[in-house]
Amino acid sequence: MKIPRCKGARDHMPEDMRKYRRIKQAFRSSCESWGYDEIRTPTMEYMHLFTSAGTLTPEMLSRVYSFLDWDGWSGERVVLRPDGTIPVARLYVENMADKPLARLYYIENMFSFEGTGQESRERWQCGVELIGGAEPQGDAELIMLAIEILNKLNIAPINVKISHVGMSKELLENLGVRDHEKEELLRRILAGDTSVFEQIEKPSPDIARFLKLLRNLQGKSLGSLANLKSILPKELNSLSPYMEDLAQIAELLDSIGQDYQIDFTAGEGFEYYTGMVYQFYYNDVLLGNGGRYDELIPLVGGSNVPASGFAIVADRLLPLLDEESIPVVDRVLITSKAGNDEGINKKFEVAALLRDKNFAIEIDMGTKCATNCRWIVTLEEEEELTFTLTDGKNGKSVSGLSIDQLLLKLEGES
Amino acid sequence: MLKLALPKGSLQGSTAEFLEKAKFGFAEYKESSRSYRPKSKSFPELFSKIFHEKDIAIQVAIGNYDLAICGLDWIQELLVKYHSDAIVKVRKLGYGTRNIFVAQSRFSKQYSIEDIKKQTAVIRIVSEYPNLAEAFALKARLRRFRIIPVWGATDAYPPEHAELAIVSAVSTDDLMEKDLIPIAKILTVNAWLIANRNSMERKDLSSLLERFYTTYLGKDTEGELSISEIDSEDAFEKKVFSDDAVSLAIADGHQQSHTSRFMKEAGIKIKGYRQPPRTRRPVIDFDGMNVKIIRPQDMPLQVANGNFDLAITGTDWLSDQLNQFPSSPVEELVNLGFGRVRIVVVVHKDLPVESTGDLKDLVKSGRIPVLRIATEYTNIADKYACDNHLSPYRVIPSWGATEAFLPEDADVLIENTETGKTLERNNLKIIETLFESTGCLIGNSNSMNDPAKKERMTRFVELIKKGLSAG
Repeated sequence: MKIPRCKGARDHMPEDMRKYRRIKQAFRSSCESWGYDEIRTPTMEYMHLFTSAGTLTPEMLSRVYSFLDWDGWSGERVVLRPDGTIPVARLYVENMADKPLARLYYIENMFSFEGTGQESRERWQCGVELIGGAEPQGDAELIMLAIEILNKLNIAPINVKISHVGMSKELLENLGVRDHEKEELLRRILAGDTSVFEQIEKPSPDIARFLKLLRNLQGKSLGSLANLKSILPKELNSLSPYMEDLAQIAELLDSIGQDYQIDFTAGEGFEYYTGMVYQFYYNDVLLGNGGRYDELIPLVGGSNVPASGFAIVADRLLPLLDEESIPVVDRVLITSKAGNDEGINKKFEVAALLRDKNFAIEIDMGTKCATNCRWIVTLEEEEELTFTLTDGKNGKSVSGLSIDQLLLKLEGES
Repeated sequence: MLKLALPKGSLQGSTAEFLEKAKFGFAEYKESSRSYRPKSKSFPELFSKIFHEKDIAIQVAIGNYDLAICGLDWIQELLVKYHSDAIVKVRKLGYGTRNIFVAQSRFSKQYSIEDIKKQTAVIRIVSEYPNLAEAFALKARLRRFRIIPVWGATDAYPPEHAELAIVSAVSTDDLMEKDLIPIAKILTVNAWLIANRNSMERKDLSSLLERFYTTYLGKDTEGELSISEIDSEDAFEKKVFSDDAVSLAIADGHQQSHTSRFMKEAGIKIKGYRQPPRTRRPVIDFDGMNVKIIRPQDMPLQVANGNFDLAITGTDWLSDQLNQFPSSPVEELVNLGFGRVRIVVVVHKDLPVESTGDLKDLVKSGRIPVLRIATEYTNIADKYACDNHLSPYRVIPSWGATEAFLPEDADVLIENTETGKTLERNNLKIIETLFESTGCLIGNSNSMNDPAKKERMTRFVELIKKGLSAG
């Protein structure tokens, strides 16, 4: 009886894994070269790590995989990690609290129930967290790092959407929105519902004009920010520092020729963001996102350490990778004319010898299936060990090669 | 053949009345009738079965029944956790109104929802509706909470053993009688007609639906979980219980008479220990001990999590708990020997199976694609199926009347039986006895670390042992 895989799960086939490896390599090498260290948090965490207000939204929490552990008689639930950032914040507070600055990265799987069948319930995330980094320099570093990684993978053009949760919060505060409504309105703004700005009662025509521009702002240049700033009503002066932060990042992106868009809806689903947030798009595909979460470290029991980070969803990069760009290691198949035990031992001997020379070797198992090996080396039935080398591409063979001749030929060809 | 599931318990009488008005002609479905498969005179082809209300929504969701009548609370209890579109809420039936309240003890320090949100200590929430309780806690953004799922006697827990209770009650007065003060209402509940989505889309249910639509007068409203606060500041009183006492749990229901008799014989007086209980807090003639009456099913967990130090329950429930949590700090202190029942594996008489070995062969042969095991002892059943490699299997948790599951809605039961007569009457047969269960005194092994508690607990255990040898 065939037992299928779990609903919402996916199998990664060898060709997928080759792509994954490529993504991981690009990600790791960039992170390491920017001075980040790799960590891994446990797959299971206590549920209450994620239930504190200001971490995940109730909507996301209602989709976590939670259960009672074998010692869960107290009722304490554990979850399969639904998010990467919050566990890293916990890890930092638990193990590295004495370090004022921590540059950390991880490649981990996240679990969240998904009922539509569109996406897998387990997704692999490449995440980077800069704990202790100041605003906006830290945000700039992270955005540049993310772009570097995506560029390495030839995924272009990338569109970066940037926004500032702190600015939206300040704006709502300034407009006198009551506390219990603020959370909900902010959630709606971040989810792309900018009609919120329209619904709020505006104290003055100046503010109304500003909000209208803000709402329609699909700002693609530094200029649009300057325009916005120039009509900033006096009452909203407190927004000015946020706009300066945004301008700094915009300037930086301009200087590296990176396309960007200022969009106030770039932080959906995460309540822990407090400042600059950004999303990375390729066409309509959201590849990853990030932002500043200065209140998270204190919320999970640490001191007042600012932090920010981003994550790229590896599963979404997979279909964008060019098959051709994935390096394939040419393999050599070792086979022999003799089927006896001596022939088998000889095959292993020759294979070991070639592996020493850094060739990838498959040993013939006698199955009659077509090989996708680049070369086929056949041990000839002679007193003295000689070989036939066959080109897997065109089937052309050369016989009677000594081991040295064989090596010369293989090394010459590869 | 169309299939209809009907509730037993609190909605049984009103549902029977409704169905009579709708002219279904169910002669065997009345307020306290006990038939599991009542026949409808008007719809002789209709197959109807009686379930515990908690079991109905899941039976419809998995497609065992096309239509069912069930309280909205149990529908939401399922849907709030398992986002499924398998259930269609067809119609509110306009009776069986009750409310789901978030309540506190009259003797607790008063909290509003806002106060609770600010708490950094763990908030324990006791409920028969663990999923609704969790949804409430998430929606209210409680920082740290624990859900204590119980079979019943929810009102016994606060304030000592839970900060909040999520309970169903018709009115706030009903709660006050149980020393509970509601602080918020989260759901208003009615009896609903529900349908399996697949059945609605593919089968002709019109003749049945017609009866429901022509019988009820009123408007449809959808009940979703929302928190509306209730202010009852005046009703709170100062806490009257001491914290350092040893706490003992004793059972209501079937086990009450056994426990009561045993205690009398052992010379331990418990004032107010009656069935049905008028108070959940009887008074024991033993210094430094608090007693509460709760469901025996809930006791091992409540002792393990330290809510109670001691409890008198059955070895069946202890075993179920230890199967779920093997390192649980709960142990049997004294076997009391009363209430002897056998925990047995049961199949329908028509199933050509005489032993667990036969059952294994049957599953292996592929004639049963997935073995369905219905039981109140989910963890014992899980272990039984695992140990005997009865794969693939599914454990269907049941809240009572489990014998009615066979043969249509389950293949095997794990049940307790005293004489086997109920099983016999339902055309069932026993294929294996797993173990014998008796009443027992259980205790939390960590409680003994407290010297004052240790002295009292030891003294109590001695008293019980003496009672045992006297009887």
